[in-house]
Amino acid sequence: MKNFVLLPARSLEEAARAAARPDTELKAGGVDLIDRMKEGIDAPERIVSIAHLPGLNQIQMGPPAKIGALTTLAAIAHHADVQKAYPALAAAAEGAATPQIRNMATLGGNICQRPRCWYYRLSEFDCRKKGGNDCYAKNGENRFHAIFDTDLLCVCVHPSATAVALVAYGADLEIVTPSGRKKMSIDDLFVRPAKDATEENRLKAGEIIQTVVLPAPASGSRSAYRKLKEKESFDWPLVEACVAASVEGGRIREPRVVLGHVAAVPWRSKEAEAVLAGRSPSQELFRKAADAAVAGAKPLTQNAFKVRLARVTLERTLRDAFA
Amino acid sequence: MTKQKVRTGFADQLETREIEIATGDPAPWDPSRKFSILGSRVTRLDGPAKVSGQARYAIDTRRQGMLYGRILRSPHPAAVVKEIDLTAARKMPGVRAVLAIAKPGESVRFAGQEVAALAAETAEQASDALSAIRVAYEPKAFVVDPQRAREENAPLVFESQGGQTKSTGGDLPSASKALPRKGNVQGPRKTDTGDVEKGFAKADATVEGTYVTQVQTHVSLETHGLTAEWNGDELKVWASTQSIFDVRNELAESLGLDKSKVEVVTEYMGGGFGSKFGARVEGVTAAKLAKEAGAPVKLFLDRKEEQLASGNRPSSIQWIKAGATKDGKLVALHLVVHGNGGTNGGTGTSRPLKNIYACDNVRVEEYDVFTNAGPSCAMRAPGHPQGVFALEATMDELAHKLGIDPLEFRLKNDPSEVRRKQFEIGAERVAWKTREERRQTKDPSVRRGVGFAAALWYNTGGTGNSATVRIHKDGSAEVIHGVQDLGTGARTMVGIVTAEELELPLERVTVRIGDTRMPEGPGSGGSCTTPSSAPTIRAAAWQAKQKIAEHLAKNWSVPPEQVAFMKGEFSVPGDPKRHVSWSEACAQLPAEGVSATASRAENHADAWKRFTSGAQFAEVDVDLDTGLVRVKRIVAVHDCGLVVNALTTESQIQGGVIQGLSYALYEDRILDKTSGHMVNPNVEQYKIAGALDVPLIETVLVPVYDGVNNTHSVGIGEPATVPTAGAIANAVSHAIGARVRRLPITPEAVLEAVDEARARGGVA
Repeated sequence: MKNFVLLPARSLEEAARAAARPDTELKAGGVDLIDRMKEGIDAPERIVSIAHLPGLNQIQMGPPAKIGALTTLAAIAHHADVQKAYPALAAAAEGAATPQIRNMATLGGNICQRPRCWYYRLSEFDCRKKGGNDCYAKNGENRFHAIFDTDLLCVCVHPSATAVALVAYGADLEIVTPSGRKKMSIDDLFVRPAKDATEENRLKAGEIIQTVVLPAPASGSRSAYRKLKEKESFDWPLVEACVAASVEGGRIREPRVVLGHVAAVPWRSKEAEAVLAGRSPSQELFRKAADAAVAGAKPLTQNAFKVRLARVTLERTLRDAFA
Repeated sequence: MTKQKVRTGFADQLETREIEIATGDPAPWDPSRKFSILGSRVTRLDGPAKVSGQARYAIDTRRQGMLYGRILRSPHPAAVVKEIDLTAARKMPGVRAVLAIAKPGESVRFAGQEVAALAAETAEQASDALSAIRVAYEPKAFVVDPQRAREENAPLVFESQGGQTKSTGGDLPSASKALPRKGNVQGPRKTDTGDVEKGFAKADATVEGTYVTQVQTHVSLETHGLTAEWNGDELKVWASTQSIFDVRNELAESLGLDKSKVEVVTEYMGGGFGSKFGARVEGVTAAKLAKEAGAPVKLFLDRKEEQLASGNRPSSIQWIKAGATKDGKLVALHLVVHGNGGTNGGTGTSRPLKNIYACDNVRVEEYDVFTNAGPSCAMRAPGHPQGVFALEATMDELAHKLGIDPLEFRLKNDPSEVRRKQFEIGAERVAWKTREERRQTKDPSVRRGVGFAAALWYNTGGTGNSATVRIHKDGSAEVIHGVQDLGTGARTMVGIVTAEELELPLERVTVRIGDTRMPEGPGSGGSCTTPSSAPTIRAAAWQAKQKIAEHLAKNWSVPPEQVAFMKGEFSVPGDPKRHVSWSEACAQLPAEGVSATASRAENHADAWKRFTSGAQFAEVDVDLDTGLVRVKRIVAVHDCGLVVNALTTESQIQGGVIQGLSYALYEDRILDKTSGHMVNPNVEQYKIAGALDVPLIETVLVPVYDGVNNTHSVGIGEPATVPTAGAIANAVSHAIGARVRRLPITPEAVLEAVDEARARGGVA
């Protein structure tokens, strides 16, 4: 690990300006950043710390609900009102990583963490995510990699469980920038590696998520989150699925269906949503929606099984939400 | 030597036999003895120190002025080292010593092989300075895939005949040098018993299959390494090792020192599983760096180095064919195995097949396939978990084909009366008979399967070690024995045996272990620690007690053989005046008390000869739609001879089960075929079972009195992990109605088998 200068920010605005400088990284819980530095794939000159800033770890139920970006995953998972109003988010936070990590990891950091692709994480491989010229996973060891967008530059999967839930709930983000503030829908945050594989999201240098805003649950709202992991203790999911919608007059309204760990971004399935929208929940409908969700999958050499797992997991999640 | 009558056997099936007992050695304990502490559940003597953080492990060693060593490793899976330039590294901040490990012209044969090393004032300076060592390599073609390595045009791992690398002198399984090698394939080691062709000709049913197992790494919590400190021409090291005396011997030999000039200390260590015998490259390197720098050097591997270069359980491809007559008698077994230990040989898996079930016609052909990958070394029951996985799957298939219950089929062919009993105990516990009706669960996607497999191990332990027991005038005792405690509870075992023989409370016994200044203890390999140490310690305690009796005899003016020791009292039986308590007896001792040093007697050749046996039963839930396997319960029935400490014996079994479960379902060293690098050199993507993955583990101990040594001790570390993967695989196969022939049992492997079963119109 290279020596670096630690800059504890006095405010989020100051942090945004400081973090806009080159060779500078932002640190909240530091869970992922310290890993990358130890792995030798990131060596910032300066680290701007926001971990200690007050007031950013609050949960206000609103409506709309506002969750400060420094709220830990543990706090979200254990919050009784979040569990009631946004059960899929609570479940995603509860199931992530380990108890120790959930006590340190923040919501903002979880959304912005870098992928776990082993080629990216090993300094031996100069892959496209690190600015290199190759994606070693495409024809290499790709059992855990993407099944969608596999013709793009990079086939890693997005690691954030909470992001999957937040996309399903249609969250908005309040962002502090070096020159002020802005809002962004979480739908616009993540970026597919079509032209550039080095970034997972559209936040520019010095832009910091301050608050995650969740729309009030409509009457008859339903949501559910599920994942499949090989191990029960500390394992990354093979696939995740999250569904949020409301049921009015026996029909599904405004469904949002998101798959996790299947693409470089939380993968919204408009195909599955189209199957569900306006129809009455039934086992048959869930099956059709799950089929539609994976119809466009293009698995790699070692991960065709993930298509099947994604299908099953989504079908079960739909059952959880509506049955 | 005297012949004595000794009762041997298991459970309540005992017989009396005459056994030659060496002078100075007590006869094996009689099974009827009412033990005061032996066999009970004794918490570890060092438990409080460990849980409170007081215990100083080898990796915690800090010495005045200590430097930090680091090793530079080859980034190439195959290359010739052309030049190593250390000049720039010497000038780096904090660097005090630099040395080359490889020589120009030598080959490196796996990514991660040691090339050079240095020591600096801080760990960070040492890491930074590595990049200043300039090495010119001539990269060569390589192969990491064992299938590819067997092809005719595959790149050669070893250019010339002979020569396979060994990571350490302590590696247990070593291949015979006389074996032929063609390309990257060495062997076969071939054995024939009976006539396998004639056996198959007699068979009414035969089955065959190919079974594939992965590379498993040891993942000791404490990594490999030591701290070396010179004092003039004497070297002292604090090592994380399974064998302090092997470390001493390797250091003395490598550095040209007298053994008397080297001291090795292992007070506490965090696991080895077969990978921590000699000093190894990193240990010898630390000593050399310390010499050059004139300061102590601590050199411990990090987790990545540990995954690349500290050894592993070789992978295997086993083709196996078996035949039986229609009445269920096994008549032919044929195994062809291609093991892959990277740059190491000795990868066979045949011992379970040769030693578990009775079969008159057995042919075994074992090949080692070399690849450009880190060398294998001994790992908890070398060759056995992989061998049992293939053998027991085959036994299930053959039983199925014959239409015989798999349990009954085992009972017909198992020559071990102990294991037959164990099979029955396990079957009863898991309600084997009702397993079919329990296959369906409340969840329509989930099937419950039950399976089992056999374990065996060998009567290990033997001579070559000694112990001293001192008894002080105040009645306290001290036992001094150069064994190391790997975390198994050896320290407590040493205390219990002493306390038992002297009939003292454990707190009056002080245990001193883990230093080569002490009488030599055994290396902890082959599950031989307890069967080597316990009889030695008992003999020393027994002799010390005899010396007390001699003092009393002199005071009482009777011949020493008239003095008896019973229930904590010395007496002349039948003489009401001549009896004293333990403390009164010790108070009569001279100022220095008494002390006895005993050596381990030979194993009794006329004892009840047998293998150590065990059986494990697994209950698993398999999700037919996701392929995920959850192990719900393991019943582990084992023979651990006469148990010294029931608590730590159970812990050993639980550990063996957990490691076996992890091997069955998760662990896999994954190498990138294009670059030759391991892609999961960590404990995140190299997956190991965690707390939530561990099922209910029930252990059942069947007491066995074999009379091989004076405490009837056998080891349990290895047999406990031998059958677990086989039992789980058989349970999974039962659940889904199709055979899983590959470890780890991944979701995709299960789904493939489910599809196969459905295609046949089976299961679901």
